[in-house]
Amino acid sequence: MATKILTEHINVPGIETFDVYRKQGGYTAVEKAFKTMTPEEVVEEVKKSGVRGRGGAGFPMGMKWSFLAKPEGVPRYLVCNADESEPGTFKDHYLMKTIPHLLIEGMIISSYALGANKSFIYVRGELMYVIHILEKAIAEAKAKGFLGKNILGTGYDLELVVQPGGGAYICGEETALLESLEGKRGNPRNKPPFPAVKGLYQCPTVVNNVESIATTSWIVNHGGEAYAAIGIGRSTGTKLISASGHINKPGVYEIELGVPVEDFIYADEWCGGIRPGHKLKAVVAGGSSVPILPANLILNLANGEKRLMTYESLSDGGFQTGTMLGSGGFIVMDETSCIVRNTWNFARFYHHESCGQCSPCREGTGWMEKVLHRIEYGHGHRQDIDLLVDVAKKIEGNTICPLGDAAAWPVASAIRHFRDEFEWHITNPQEATQPGAVYRGEMALV
Amino acid sequence: MTTESNNSVQFTPDRLAKAQEIIARYPEGKQKSALLPLLHLLQEQEGWTSTEGMDYIARMLNIQPIEVYEVATFYTMYHIKPVGKHVIEYCRTGPCCLMGGEEVYAHLKQRLGIDTGQTTVDGRFTLKEVECLAACGMGPVFQIREKYYMNLTNERVDEIIDELSK
Repeated sequence: MATKILTEHINVPGIETFDVYRKQGGYTAVEKAFKTMTPEEVVEEVKKSGVRGRGGAGFPMGMKWSFLAKPEGVPRYLVCNADESEPGTFKDHYLMKTIPHLLIEGMIISSYALGANKSFIYVRGELMYVIHILEKAIAEAKAKGFLGKNILGTGYDLELVVQPGGGAYICGEETALLESLEGKRGNPRNKPPFPAVKGLYQCPTVVNNVESIATTSWIVNHGGEAYAAIGIGRSTGTKLISASGHINKPGVYEIELGVPVEDFIYADEWCGGIRPGHKLKAVVAGGSSVPILPANLILNLANGEKRLMTYESLSDGGFQTGTMLGSGGFIVMDETSCIVRNTWNFARFYHHESCGQCSPCREGTGWMEKVLHRIEYGHGHRQDIDLLVDVAKKIEGNTICPLGDAAAWPVASAIRHFRDEFEWHITNPQEATQPGAVYRGEMALV
Repeated sequence: MTTESNNSVQFTPDRLAKAQEIIARYPEGKQKSALLPLLHLLQEQEGWTSTEGMDYIARMLNIQPIEVYEVATFYTMYHIKPVGKHVIEYCRTGPCCLMGGEEVYAHLKQRLGIDTGQTTVDGRFTLKEVECLAACGMGPVFQIREKYYMNLTNERVDEIIDELSK
């Protein structure tokens, strides 16, 4: 039986309430941490666990914590990034609405470890109903003495504030999120200084994803080594995967890192296979920004070995033949999917969401959207494919924040692996623009 | 600067209390952090975010009106033009489209007799396209205020519109 760290109790009726969550062992990690561990010891366990940032970047969480500056007399902040907006990703939404106390408990432990007395949960504004759920959970925890002044008689004080966003993908980028939390436009900041030194209100700040913070209760209860024993190599622990698209069982699944991609797609325990009568064409494995892979390359590495659901295996082969685990937004496409249309759709998304600060991103995303639009609608030119590659290359690495890269990768990878399909649209515009028309040329479907 | 007499928009007493609670939760001198939550609170009350409303929030937070305008126009959730009673915010992003989102959207537009950005003549519905709502496994999806409507089909859309038209 696979270990469930986050979702073990998720189907228990009433788990959203304090009492039921408590009965399932909730808040024992807070008691253990506060009564038997120093903040440094909590940080040490998180380091040992090897847990990596679950928002998409995959940076080791314990290391991020250890970078936090601690000047005397200056407040430090923990900010939870619950701005989940990466297309294909809906795990944090699911976790917060079903088991809100898991995040609240993780926030208390993490705030204690970092020495923060006021911590924020920044939730995308569209999830206002989830904000109400979290606020209710916070009020319950406070009434039971797990938040507020002098928690469990330790002398430690903590307030949690749930902050709504206003509808902007860019605020998932940590410095844009901090700007937004300060009541400004979500324009990412230049780094350095990093938030660990100058973050919220110019004070030392750690920004962590919901899922990352939610793991800390289990790590405190079972120890960092027990966490690190799950998974493979540097991909320790479990990961929530948001599965969508043409599969039999879309939803959020907690997997032990290391499951073969093939099993994840076809086993009944997870996606349950491609919808009846259809075949696998392509997968975007880690949210819309990671490179799309055709069926053969998502299932197997270039050398023929099975690809696994780990950070390393998914990125094996670099961008030539690999992709990234990213946020775990796993979008599955069967043979009815038009890669050109999907790429145009994603390009439109990034154009819409570009904050406009950096010209390569502001202008480049618009160019890519326009060129892809004309290819999709039968007005493409032969040189457009190379033009797209060129624009993508000129955005990548030339912007303040990673939105530019995130916009460039889907376009570059779609052309890398599905160039024939783009060419077909350009050379057969009449056929390609028929309703429901999809390229049926030579390609490996599984 | 706006004139002090411009008091056409203000919070109801219970929302004013809520607004003060929100403002108080940030550290001393960091009250501008309340801007996004207060704009949500005002829009919840008024249905949209008017210039008068933004000026009111600016006075409340003791900041310049431009600091509110630049924020309200940056984020997509604030309706800076009047909208209908129900604003349908329809997800147009990839994963929903894979599940037939575009076809259902065409049906919705036909059913309401309006295009994206428009409001029905009776003022009941406004249609907006939005990007990913983080519900991709339950697509197609749209949102009206706080409520998510998921796994949409043409039939389901008809039921929802019928229900909201009563």
